[in-house]
Amino acid sequence: MNVSRRTSAVLADSATLLVAVIIYVIPFVFVFLTAAKTPAEAGLFQFNLPDHFQLLKNIREVVTFGDNKMLRALWNSTIITAGSIVIMIALASLVAVVLQRRSDRVASIAGAIMLAGLIIPPAVVPTVFLLQRLGLFTTLLSMILVDVAFNIPFAILILRAFVGTIPRELDEAAIVEGASPLRVFSSVLFPLLQPAIMTVVITATVAIFNDFVGPLYFLPGANNVTAPLTLFSFMSQFNSQWNLVFADVVVVTILPLIAFVFFQKQLVSGITSGAIKG
Amino acid sequence: MAFYFSLTRWSLFDATFIGFANYKTFLSDAELLTGLRNTVIYAVLTSGFKVILALPLATLLTSASIRLKGLIRSIVFFPTLASTVAVGVTFTALMQPSTGMINTFLHFIGAPQPDWLGNPGLALYSVAMVDIWRGIGIALVIFMAGILSIPLDYFDAARLEGGKWVKFRHIIVPLSRNATFTVILLSFIGGLRSFDLIWTMTQGGPGFASEVLTSVIFKEYGAGFFGLSTAGNVVLFLLVSAIAYPMMRFFNSREIQL
Repeated sequence: MNVSRRTSAVLADSATLLVAVIIYVIPFVFVFLTAAKTPAEAGLFQFNLPDHFQLLKNIREVVTFGDNKMLRALWNSTIITAGSIVIMIALASLVAVVLQRRSDRVASIAGAIMLAGLIIPPAVVPTVFLLQRLGLFTTLLSMILVDVAFNIPFAILILRAFVGTIPRELDEAAIVEGASPLRVFSSVLFPLLQPAIMTVVITATVAIFNDFVGPLYFLPGANNVTAPLTLFSFMSQFNSQWNLVFADVVVVTILPLIAFVFFQKQLVSGITSGAIKG
Repeated sequence: MAFYFSLTRWSLFDATFIGFANYKTFLSDAELLTGLRNTVIYAVLTSGFKVILALPLATLLTSASIRLKGLIRSIVFFPTLASTVAVGVTFTALMQPSTGMINTFLHFIGAPQPDWLGNPGLALYSVAMVDIWRGIGIALVIFMAGILSIPLDYFDAARLEGGKWVKFRHIIVPLSRNATFTVILLSFIGGLRSFDLIWTMTQGGPGFASEVLTSVIFKEYGAGFFGLSTAGNVVLFLLVSAIAYPMMRFFNSREIQL
């Protein structure tokens, strides 16, 4: 009896999980199949194998469409993502060390302001105003700065928690050896921060690359298009060519897919450690 | 600074101080009131359902009897990483009223086939459903971390007392409270601020049926009403803080130590 009850319990669990998997896998298979179809076939939205498998042709068409707009977008997205990650890590690791190692009022106020940055929605018009005054509006640099500002609170949160796990004795040993504060940071703490930095880099790369609202507000202009925005504009331009729309979905999803396949552990730990401390 | 701009009227580059008129305009706008109501509905629904669906799933996936749990977690987690716009486009196609896959399936089993995004009464809920679909992955990994941090003694005790339901109801639900709070807080704030998915799938339509605060703010901005748009931003900020801070305090006061 016990065995049969256990079997049926396992069956029920498996059925639940099967439903979950189906609900999650089907949309992605659908994207892939539709991206490989001809326009006429894709317009039917059916879940079947394409008659002519032309995924590569469709992708080539999307990438070269409108004077290589897609390549431009991928290039812009890459520059923005890489630029903001480098600046953000440099700043965030310094700030995290200082905030964690100092325990005076200044540090705690600065820490509170940083935490508030996690919750407060960005103020668009004042930011645009400031960027215009600086003469940076509609440049990639402005988008990089904005992305650094939006993502740095999360980075500091994670790095700061990690600095807390590094024993103070290490800093003290270096100071006794005659190292300057900056030297303590660069030769002792920064190398030890690598695992946490890896987590932040991967989480933030996905977030910044996928960011839709930021470029929509802060980066107008045809040459400034970024990867998620191409998708949005393609959807209105190609509304009879769903195969191209979905080929674009495939192109835009490649980077997150790579991150997912190789760095899932860091992504999960980034989300859980950030969430639990916050 | 944002607050100052919200008190001004803009003609491109200079701003005239007009007091609280923007707030009056903004708050007396019928569209905005729908938006405000929708924003709250959206945040409540998405955060609620993420908990209701992800906690049992996390329980299943952490229980030892299931193989492939890593694979299933990955599959559910992946949409979190895909671009929101891509998810929105995909579901717009899946939710097509006549030929979309969801309705084809409903037709096949003989159920009614609603116009998911075209029906004003339904559009907001359809988008919320997609948001839940996408967000369960994050809730799932947070819950799994929470459940795995419960000491094993509790599970041994539950095994003596009774079956799976006892374990779920009396061990997992109360002892993963911290994770539950985190999920609610994160997805509630996310829900109040969400924009991408609604903008890709309905642009606030049909009519103003699925308008939320952020989409109203974007429309005002696009139309050049910068002061009005900023007033909307300040309202959103106040709403988020008025809900998030008391929530955070409440959750912190009831946090449990394992």
